[in-house]
Amino acid sequence: MRFLFRTSHSKDMAIFQHSGQVFWYGLLALALFVAPFVLDPFYLGELAQVFIYAIAGVGLMLLVGYTGMVSLGHAAFLAIGAYAHARFMTYGMPFLPSMLCAALFTGFISMLIGLPVLRMTGVYLAIATLALAEIVEQVLTHWTSMTGGFRGMRVPDAEMFGLALDPPRPFFFVCLAALLASMFAVLNLLRSPTGRAFMAVRDSETSAVSMGISLLRTKTLAFTLSGVFTGLAGALFAHRIGHLAPDAFTLMTSIQLLLMVVVGGLGSMHGIIFGAIFIGLLPQGIALARDVVPQGVASWPGIEPAVFGAILIGFLIFEPDGIHGRWRKIRRYFEEFPLYRKDTFKRQQQYLSTERLR
Amino acid sequence: MNLLAVSNLSLSFGGVRALRGVSFELRQGEIFSIIGPNGAGKTSVFNVISRFYDPDSGRIEFQGQDITSTSAHRIASLGIARTFQNCELFEHETVLQNLRIASDVKRALRPFSDMCFFPSVRRAELAAREHIEEIIDLMDLQAYRYEAIASLPFGVRKMVEIARGLCLSPTLLLLDEPSSGLNPEETEDLVFWIEDINQDLGITILMVEHDMKLVGEVSHRVMAMNEGEVLAMGRFDEVRGHEKVLEAYLGHDDG
Repeated sequence: MRFLFRTSHSKDMAIFQHSGQVFWYGLLALALFVAPFVLDPFYLGELAQVFIYAIAGVGLMLLVGYTGMVSLGHAAFLAIGAYAHARFMTYGMPFLPSMLCAALFTGFISMLIGLPVLRMTGVYLAIATLALAEIVEQVLTHWTSMTGGFRGMRVPDAEMFGLALDPPRPFFFVCLAALLASMFAVLNLLRSPTGRAFMAVRDSETSAVSMGISLLRTKTLAFTLSGVFTGLAGALFAHRIGHLAPDAFTLMTSIQLLLMVVVGGLGSMHGIIFGAIFIGLLPQGIALARDVVPQGVASWPGIEPAVFGAILIGFLIFEPDGIHGRWRKIRRYFEEFPLYRKDTFKRQQQYLSTERLR
Repeated sequence: MNLLAVSNLSLSFGGVRALRGVSFELRQGEIFSIIGPNGAGKTSVFNVISRFYDPDSGRIEFQGQDITSTSAHRIASLGIARTFQNCELFEHETVLQNLRIASDVKRALRPFSDMCFFPSVRRAELAAREHIEEIIDLMDLQAYRYEAIASLPFGVRKMVEIARGLCLSPTLLLLDEPSSGLNPEETEDLVFWIEDINQDLGITILMVEHDMKLVGEVSHRVMAMNEGEVLAMGRFDEVRGHEKVLEAYLGHDDG
């Protein structure tokens, strides 16, 4: 077991707390860097998809896990980012500026939406975001001149410094870089006043106000930043699917995104990655399982949402802290191996204060 | 000079008149206690000063500035800190994180520089941490820095809440029943904390308190309230012996 000796204040706020973390994350970075040269292009594409989910997850985690607001409509921001990016590129903007502009544009839209919507809390906020997603979907379908309607629009090929970015290998690196940048930004945010204000609002609004935090401003900022990161994910997602159509951004997508942060583990950065791996690879897992199970079962319609639903329910009942929570328990077990006490994480019956509908 | 001047404050919830023309002044550097039976309107006074409630009429001045219609989140940066009767801490966070949130009080939200963690942000963080450590030392919280609030006993939480108030660098500290939920020993310690905060840090304290021993030991002046009205004001033994105060606590002597 490792004991952390904190010998200076700057050490206490470092992103990597000890040499062990530097080693293991370094190893992970190395593995990710080598992967494109050894893995099959198909798997590379799947990994890129996981990274894209994770970037959207960063945005959603900031909102749900750290500011305590639920969104059932994040597919809308993914869509705005994707369409804006495709539009900017169609107008001839180069890849990188277009991607950043799409992210900022999504942030701007989410700020405009947030100003009225964030006066609501809890269930009402969830319903408002749900309505928002529906509206965006309608706009995508009917604003034909801008979005191509049902037929959708093609995403122009990306290139940077004369290098085509769409083949699996460069695209993998683009997504990886975007994910690392997003995570670094949010990790920094969480160790500075802005991120702490988010957490204060999550834990107690009364207290946050008496600590000088403006609720509306903080919530709107969280919503805006969430939009920025989800929009960034959307821009990359546009290249991943190559052709944008409204059916790529449905309620199911929103629920998948929410599922990702809940299953991963609310309020943890690791949770985003675990959740993204889970959401990104589960369809493949189900596809593989189809080959194994009897033909009759495999051809059932709607088996995928059913499996998703069952897993979500399983997590809510048995492991509300998500995959990250489970991971921490397993780690603890091995760290304390012969001395681990069975009831270390025993869950007590908890009576939550019910959320009164205001 | 008067630090805080409350004049003719009235507040009602529907037909209930919580405050009826309450007036008092706080002198710079004093410890002022509000006593009174349950429902007397003591906490309402607090909530009006910290701007959670809007008074129907009346005026509050802090350091000569009218704060009657200032929004609640601006109060802390003016220099008024408060604690809550039943502890309102950020439950999922560590003690240190709670104190950090408080010490950010004068800092505007700067998402971009925070996301980049510019050297200026790092320097500000380190400076804030120095200040927090001084308060941790003052309040003897060294052992709890990295403990989550949810795992702490109530007595410690109370101290953390006071420490969090101090991290706001206030000129006026409002303590809402600091001794409620504490055992007699902890209450005795509280006397020293309150005196230290008042004398060493020069912070004026306004306190609502039921424990008369504590009130008597620390207060420079006391105000007694009942049913939203001020009954008496003055030194503790004057107020305690006041006819109306005795009547409010003990009832009429109908013979």
